[in-house]
Formats: sequence, C-alpha cells, structure tokens
Amino acid sequence: MTFAELWTGYLWPLIVIVAESLLLLVLLLVSIAYVLLADRKIWAAVQMRRGPNVVGPFGLLQSFADLLKFVLKANKGVFLLAPLVTCTLALGAWAVIPVNAGWMIADINVGVLYIFAISSLMVYGIIMAGWASNSKYAFLSAVRSAAQMVSYEVSIGFVIICVLLCAGSLKLSVIVAAQDTRFGMFGWYWLPLLPMFVVFYVSALAETNRPPFDLVEAESELVAGFMVEYGSSPYMMFMLGEYVAIATMCAMGTILFLGGWLPPFQVAPFTWVPGVIWFVLKALFMFFLFAMAKAVVPRYRYDQLMRLGWKVFLPLSLAMVVIVAAVLQFGGLAPKG
Amino acid sequence: MSELLQDYLPLVIFIAIAMGLGLALLVAPFLVAYKSPDPEKLSAYECGFNAFDDARMKFDVRFYLVAILFIIFDLEVAFLFPWAIVYGHLGVYGFWSMMVFLGVLTIGFIYEWKKGALEWD
Repeated sequence: MTFAELWTGYLWPLIVIVAESLLLLVLLLVSIAYVLLADRKIWAAVQMRRGPNVVGPFGLLQSFADLLKFVLKANKGVFLLAPLVTCTLALGAWAVIPVNAGWMIADINVGVLYIFAISSLMVYGIIMAGWASNSKYAFLSAVRSAAQMVSYEVSIGFVIICVLLCAGSLKLSVIVAAQDTRFGMFGWYWLPLLPMFVVFYVSALAETNRPPFDLVEAESELVAGFMVEYGSSPYMMFMLGEYVAIATMCAMGTILFLGGWLPPFQVAPFTWVPGVIWFVLKALFMFFLFAMAKAVVPRYRYDQLMRLGWKVFLPLSLAMVVIVAAVLQFGGLAPKG
Repeated sequence: MSELLQDYLPLVIFIAIAMGLGLALLVAPFLVAYKSPDPEKLSAYECGFNAFDDARMKFDVRFYLVAILFIIFDLEVAFLFPWAIVYGHLGVYGFWSMMVFLGVLTIGFIYEWKKGALEWD
C-alpha cells in the first residue's frame, strides 16, 4: 500500500472523525453549561427569584465559574470509576444523534438500540457509586435509583417499539425522514402517537431522575443521594452526566416524536431556516418542559412512582403496541421499507 | 475502509475521546487543588455521629423482584425490536403470532399483579 492510499483510505477519514468528534463534544458541553443555567433561571423565574446573576452579564458565565471551583476543590478519592462510567456513557450516546440530515458522528443502522443500550448501562455508574461510597444514604439511593430506572426503561422500550412500527427502521435518520409527510408538523409522530409521547416524556423524567421523580436525591431524606460522598470534579462529572443524559432524552424525544431537523411545514419561510436550528429549537422546547415540570410539580412518593411505572405505563404502552400494530396491519399502512 | 469499520470506528473514537475528557477532569483536582486532609472530611457522611456499622446492609427484597420483572419485560422488548423492523413484510400471520406471544406474557403479568408483586406499601 502506498502512502497516498493510506492517506485517502485511512488517515484522512480518521482525522475527519476526530475533528468531528471534538467539535460535537465541545459544542455539546458548552450547550450543557447553558442548559444548566437555563434550568436554574427557569426554576428561579417560576419562584419569582432572579437566579444566578453575578458571574458575567445575567449570570451567563455561572457554569464556567462552577467548573473552575469544582476542579480547584480537594478530592476525597472514593471509587473514581463510577463518575467516569456515568460521564463517558452519557457523552457516548451523542455519537449517533443526527442534528441535521447527514450530521452525525456515526450513522449506524442500529442507532435506536445503541441509545437504548447506553441508557441501560447508565445504571452501573449509579450502583457503583452507591456501593463504593460506604454510606447508608448513598447505598439506599443507589438501590432506589436502579429500581426506578429499570422500571421506566420498560415503558420507554415499548414507546420506541411503537415508533419503530411506524417508521420501519432502527436508523435514527430514517425515523426522522419517515415523519416527513405532506401534513407537516401534524404528520410527526407526536400527534398520531400522542399517548406514547406523554408516556415517553414522563418516563424520560423518571429515567433521568429529574423532579418530580428525583427520589434518588430527595434532600429531606437522602441528603444528595448516591453522590453524597463525592466532591470536587467527580461530583461535577455525575452532574454533567445527568444533564447530558437529559439532553439525550430531549434529543430522542425530538427525533422520535417531533420530526428531528424537519421544519414545521415544507413551505418557504420555514424551509429557509437550516435543519440544525429546528433540531436545537425542538430539543430546547423539550428541555423547557423538563424544567417546568421541576418547578411546578411536587415530588412523588416512592410507592406512587413504582405504581405509575408498572401499573399504569406498562399496561398502557403494551396495549398501544398492540393497537398501533393492528391499525398498521389492517389499515394497510405498515412501512414496506 | 470496510463498511463495518466505516460505521463503527467513529463510534469507538468518539467514546474514546469522551473517556479521555472524563479522565482529564478526574485527574485535574489531584494536580491543581489545594489539599488539607482531615479525618472528619474523609469519613462517610452521617447526621452528627460516627457510623455504627457497615453501610452495605440488607435491603428490601422487592428491589430484587423489580430487577427480575425488568429482565422479563426488557427481553420482551428485545424480541419486539426485530419484529417491528420487518413488520411491513410479515403480513397478518406475523401480527397474530406476536399477539400470541404478547398474550402469554400478559397472562404472566396479570398473575404477578394479582400475587401482589407490584405492591409497595
């Protein structure tokens, strides 16, 4: 093999992949910094407070000040694999998320399965942290959290099956393309599969341990949950992992139900806006719903949480799989992809 | 590059870079942070007293039960994935055979509901 072949066949693609990955990671992390700020600001606004407003104009540099502070704090040195696992997995999910037509790191044909698998593995970070901390609070929280996450993962699985039945592919880009109908935004799956969209939204809240399902870190009983023993940058990595996971869930909601990068209608003023802007707007809308739920809904009790997951969402989503399959089969609508 | 490599190499590289970033964040405080270790700082958190015993205590068996139920239903979802992908080609036969499978699992679900496996009181 000559050097020219090596260059065009292997080295140049490698450089492109590394550059793309770095670009996505940097953009993602900067967005997360501002999503975190937005979360605090929205919460503050609902409670008629100002929220962070000291560091930089309107507090815009707050997250970066936090980063600096975390890194400059002394580390306690408990089991450090747990935050690494949480953070790496959360970021890793973004490799397959298409933010525009053709804009993704890896367009694998099992994209949905990959994200499903990654979000299942997230439980390990929490269990490891809870077990390694040797603190009762951390341990109880980890056990609770694991049970909560696996319970709602089942409903998310059935929700995804419903979307797959309609789209006929595991490829995230094909799922978005399948929503490109002549009905515009009313053809996206949020309307035909409305009950599933609601189940997905609530399950995503529970899956990412967001309020009202944040029993894992219920301050009044478990202080800070499984991360109580962590400080400094390992703590920050848990927090980062949590917010990246939330962003992933928002992106998944956008791709599965809100038409990804598609404009609301395929007519002139909407089609001028680049797809990536639509994607970000939709993902931010999903996040706004997350933030509002945190601000306005009181925390659930643990037995209520488990009852909702197993006795309401599981039968409902199972029934919807059957209904969607029947409608597609006997209405002759099943995709022949 | 082969097609498999083209699809999955970016994934591996992306995860490796993400892990490198995580490692850098983990190592940073060891290098730059001011340290003043103290036994009170290093001991496990408790509300105003020293821990009585090991924190890894017995826990409720229902958490274990939830994990078992999760495996059953997650496997069910795993079976549904390939079925959902080729659904358009399967026709009515494919529909009814999956309905039989789901029916069997639903009977099991009703049984465990009636047995009280889903109760948290």
